[in-house]
Amino acid sequence: MALLLELKQCTVQFGGLTAVSKFDLQVDENDLCGLIGPNGAGKTTIFNIITGVYRPTSGSITFEGKPIAGLKPNAIAGRGIARTFQNIRLFPTLTVFDNVRAAFNLRLKHRLAHALLRIPAFYREENDVARQVRELLDIFDLNRFAHLRCGNLSYGDQRRMEIVRALATKPELLLLDEPAAGMNPREKEQLMELIKFVKKKYEIAVLLVEHDMKVVMGICERIAVLDYGIKIAEGSPHEVRANPKVIEAYLGQETPAPAL
Amino acid sequence: MKYRHTKQIALLVAVILAAVASRFSGSINPYYLQVILFIGINVTLATSLNLINGYTGQFSLGHAGFMAIGAYASAYLSTEKSAGIFQALGGANAFSIALIFALVLLGGGIAAALAGLIVGVPSLRLKGDYLAIVTLGFGEIIRVLIQNTDAVGGPRGYSGIAGYTTLFWTYAVAALTIYVVLSMVDSTYGRGFLTVRDDEVAAESVGINTTRYKVTAFVLGAFFAGVAGGLYAHTTTYINPSGFDFQLSIQIVIMVILGGMGSTAGVAFAAVLLTLLLEYLRFVAGYEWLPDLVRRIASNRMIIFSLVLIALMLLRPQGLFGALPRMAGGRKTPKSQPGPTIATP
Repeated sequence: MALLLELKQCTVQFGGLTAVSKFDLQVDENDLCGLIGPNGAGKTTIFNIITGVYRPTSGSITFEGKPIAGLKPNAIAGRGIARTFQNIRLFPTLTVFDNVRAAFNLRLKHRLAHALLRIPAFYREENDVARQVRELLDIFDLNRFAHLRCGNLSYGDQRRMEIVRALATKPELLLLDEPAAGMNPREKEQLMELIKFVKKKYEIAVLLVEHDMKVVMGICERIAVLDYGIKIAEGSPHEVRANPKVIEAYLGQETPAPAL
Repeated sequence: MKYRHTKQIALLVAVILAAVASRFSGSINPYYLQVILFIGINVTLATSLNLINGYTGQFSLGHAGFMAIGAYASAYLSTEKSAGIFQALGGANAFSIALIFALVLLGGGIAAALAGLIVGVPSLRLKGDYLAIVTLGFGEIIRVLIQNTDAVGGPRGYSGIAGYTTLFWTYAVAALTIYVVLSMVDSTYGRGFLTVRDDEVAAESVGINTTRYKVTAFVLGAFFAGVAGGLYAHTTTYINPSGFDFQLSIQIVIMVILGGMGSTAGVAFAAVLLTLLLEYLRFVAGYEWLPDLVRRIASNRMIIFSLVLIALMLLRPQGLFGALPRMAGGRKTPKSQPGPTIATP
């Protein structure tokens, strides 16, 4: 399998605080990779350097062989990396349809002038976009909400919407930031199915940050564990679960019970 | 989704109507005619500001500044630079006047658009109140600069501008502005403006170049404000820097808020309503049978404006036509309730 994303010796410092230290990560094409770690370990920071929200203090990030560190988020989205957010970020005043449509902006051939002149090519492209949006909404069973304002959807549907919107940019790599946050066990089951489905249908790689061990262990083929900005383990779910360093990071060290 | 040519047809009809109405402008009382022209100019100003404030969510208080640039630039062009063209076209006839006025308005619009570009750039880093203050300051700077430019009359104002503005020009420009804003927003490209308003971070994450959208909004908004300024200058034939003060900017902002941010129909309606209200207040101030206090309040427009705005914010915070549910109690974010199902396909 070909290498898709590679982070080499990435360090992020905020003033004196080192959020991520010399972090290495490789994501292959069609990979389903998980990134876990206790609160404040630097997981979201890693997402933010991959997607261009922050620039790594040092180290390199390459995507499909080309460096992407320092590009603006919209340019990185154009390269084929899409993401969702820990706290859902949809466009609340736009309809479900328009939320997904907005993501097609990236691939528009015709822009301002065509929108004003409304020549036949404009209508062709708009119809084409509309068709693709419908298809996408159909696949994820969101078409019945197409003309509802996004803010009116249920929490679970909003989470799904965010994934659909990310897919609309036609990514090679999908980053999911705590997709299971706030979900009940049944919804989590469905989410796992959804992620597996997306990966298979669109043949993309998925990198996810997640707190929920059941979700991570259940679907990830490979897991990297982060603690205090340092990668402490990487491997299959089974290997990671047995790794003493991971157990220590999550549960603490085994010490004799204090004498009363 | 079907696309029809409704917008282009509506634009064409509006322009023809304006041309026809223009034929009869001679039989309208000149005062009423001027009010009707002001209505058209205010519709242009308000709908163009709505692109910046309403659709793109950038709070600009500098529209009077853009208008001033357009007014002065076009007045200067038509007064000082048009003699050569007139000569080439064989003196002042209907055709040469129309051509020169079109060019002059375009010149005013372009001058204002350049200013919009300059203001658009700081807007990339500033948000909300901070941007409002910067644009406010920009408007004042323009006013002071004009006040100190002797070539355009300085504080004495610029007089002797030809009265080229007709019903046709005013309403053709208003129709064009509405057309541009609506047809732009109603496209996949134009939805980008709304995403910038809704959530910039999310917009960037789906590949929308928010920087470009913001600058585009400022440049286009300023362009039409500049054209409106040109129409204004050639209506009143005399302009004065103090006429473009920040009260005017506030007036335009009030039109946008009253009509409903991001609703072109509402904003155009509010522009008509407020212009008429302001004119009517002149009469109210002159009615001798009214109590003195009422007349005094009526003669001070800003008091009425403020009252209208306060009443609106209490009764209908989203504006007359607005559909945004989030202006009153902040953003409407759904509570994290467990959703019914996540259907897997």
